[in-house]
Amino acid sequence: MFIIGELINGMYQDIAKAIKEKHKAIIQKCALEQVKAGASALDVNCGPAAREPINDIQWLVQAIQEVTDKPLALDSSKPQVIESGLKVIKNKAIINSTTADPEKLQALVPLAKKYNARLIGLTISAKGIPQNKDQRLELAAAIVAHCAEEGFPIDDLYLDPIVLPVNVAQAQMKDILESIREFKIISEPSPKAIVGLSNVSQGASARSLVNRTFLVMALAYGLDGAILDPLDKDLMDAAITAELILNKHIYCDSYLEAYRKK
Amino acid sequence: MAEVILEKWQQAVSTVNIGATRADGGSRSHVVKVGGESTLPFLFSEGSLPNRPVIAFELCDIVPADWPQELASAYGAGFGDPLSWAQKCVKEYQAKILCLRLQGAHPDFGNKSAEEEAGLISALLKKVDVPLIILGCGDDAKDNLVLPAVCQAAKGERCLIGEAVQDNYKTLVASVLADGHNIIAQSPIDINIAKQLNILISDMGLALEKIVINPTIGALGYGLEYAYSIMERSRLAALAGDKTMACPFIAYVGQEAWRAKEARAEAGQGIIWEMLTATALIQAGADILVMRHPLAVEKANNYIEELMRTNGV
Repeated sequence: MFIIGELINGMYQDIAKAIKEKHKAIIQKCALEQVKAGASALDVNCGPAAREPINDIQWLVQAIQEVTDKPLALDSSKPQVIESGLKVIKNKAIINSTTADPEKLQALVPLAKKYNARLIGLTISAKGIPQNKDQRLELAAAIVAHCAEEGFPIDDLYLDPIVLPVNVAQAQMKDILESIREFKIISEPSPKAIVGLSNVSQGASARSLVNRTFLVMALAYGLDGAILDPLDKDLMDAAITAELILNKHIYCDSYLEAYRKK
Repeated sequence: MAEVILEKWQQAVSTVNIGATRADGGSRSHVVKVGGESTLPFLFSEGSLPNRPVIAFELCDIVPADWPQELASAYGAGFGDPLSWAQKCVKEYQAKILCLRLQGAHPDFGNKSAEEEAGLISALLKKVDVPLIILGCGDDAKDNLVLPAVCQAAKGERCLIGEAVQDNYKTLVASVLADGHNIIAQSPIDINIAKQLNILISDMGLALEKIVINPTIGALGYGLEYAYSIMERSRLAALAGDKTMACPFIAYVGQEAWRAKEARAEAGQGIIWEMLTATALIQAGADILVMRHPLAVEKANNYIEELMRTNGV
């Protein structure tokens, strides 16, 4: 599974403080801890309160690149912030994210092509969050069609069905899971499926349990990647075990250790 | 014309260097490199095979009890005398690497001491200058005495030493680590044990790049297809990114082929049996083939040359 560590985000107080005070060591420690725990890539988000995100994202990218060559997911709703990050990135890049809105696609797909970056597409539009599977698939198809027209490789496209908190949108969970499977049949080669996992447990009390149960189920529906907290060991163990059951790795008694040696 | 769909692999098999030249702190004339494939066997359009499969001549420190006369006569007077036997393989048959089995250390076959075997290794290293594969006698308790002494006698020569098994690997791993050799990890046609053993060995500090997997093979007609599918599955996992499976394979072709009753049924048939077992295993991805009859070795070598020639054509 492609795991994007979510912890470098200005939404968290320690990270926000480190960005504000330009305290590199805190960011670098957070990067390395996530890599050690099994992250395949790292999300980089300046946070909602950042006053100078265009500068901050460059500082974050440069700080992280000093300690790891893992791919970085530039996470912002503003295309100019993403472009600013791309200008200084040396590692492989992931654009997190575009929506299905034409103006977003027109801004971000050319950037993804120019910088040879992977692209995360949210099945959401200016009209709002989709309410069922059909709306998700319609938006997904619009993103795939746009990418195909622009010559962006569909292999490098990750579609996110928008995971909603289970305590507010319980009726949609099954639709979200089924969307993951159906994303794969939109085109050949097929786009990949990814989720921002933690949202599923937003406001719930047993967050870790809800996260890992959803993740295991989503993997069974064909999920390829997730943005999550790799320091949650139970979550990582559950994901590795789910992939084992799906015959993605060869079993051995130390399979958890074997996976982490990768 | 239909479009050819090429697989994109994540990782190559590790390259194991057997033998150390003077520049590397040893006394061998050359290094035999095995592994390094970044594709399935001979699919040159999807990746590269930087090192061709190699054939090691198998020899024994005593007259091997279970080798038929046809093999004995191929080696003539030197048969059972490891020093002249080794020299014959190198001089007459151009062996690039030798595999010495210390069967004489076995309590049932002479019970030679650790000192005797270590002395033999020292003498052999002086007699021939090709890289060596050294195997114990198969008795765990005795091997745990003999192999450490042998490892020490060949210190710095970067041999390939075997074999570690799931129930007996610690002594050998420690010796191999101390004296700078590579190790053979044996699993009984069981991919799960192969993976587990590699992890256990690497947990002791020996790099995965120093391990050669003996997946255990069967000869033609005796389970060859099981060996083939195990090797194929391991290799697919390795190419897909599983580091713990990304080791080259060693296959004891001669040992298995000459056990078959068909190989002993009439003169010449054993050579064919050994050669055909080898060709199938070459296709399965074997990196080192340990073989017995010089003619079977020659034919298998020609086969390898032919396959390697298709590279880029």
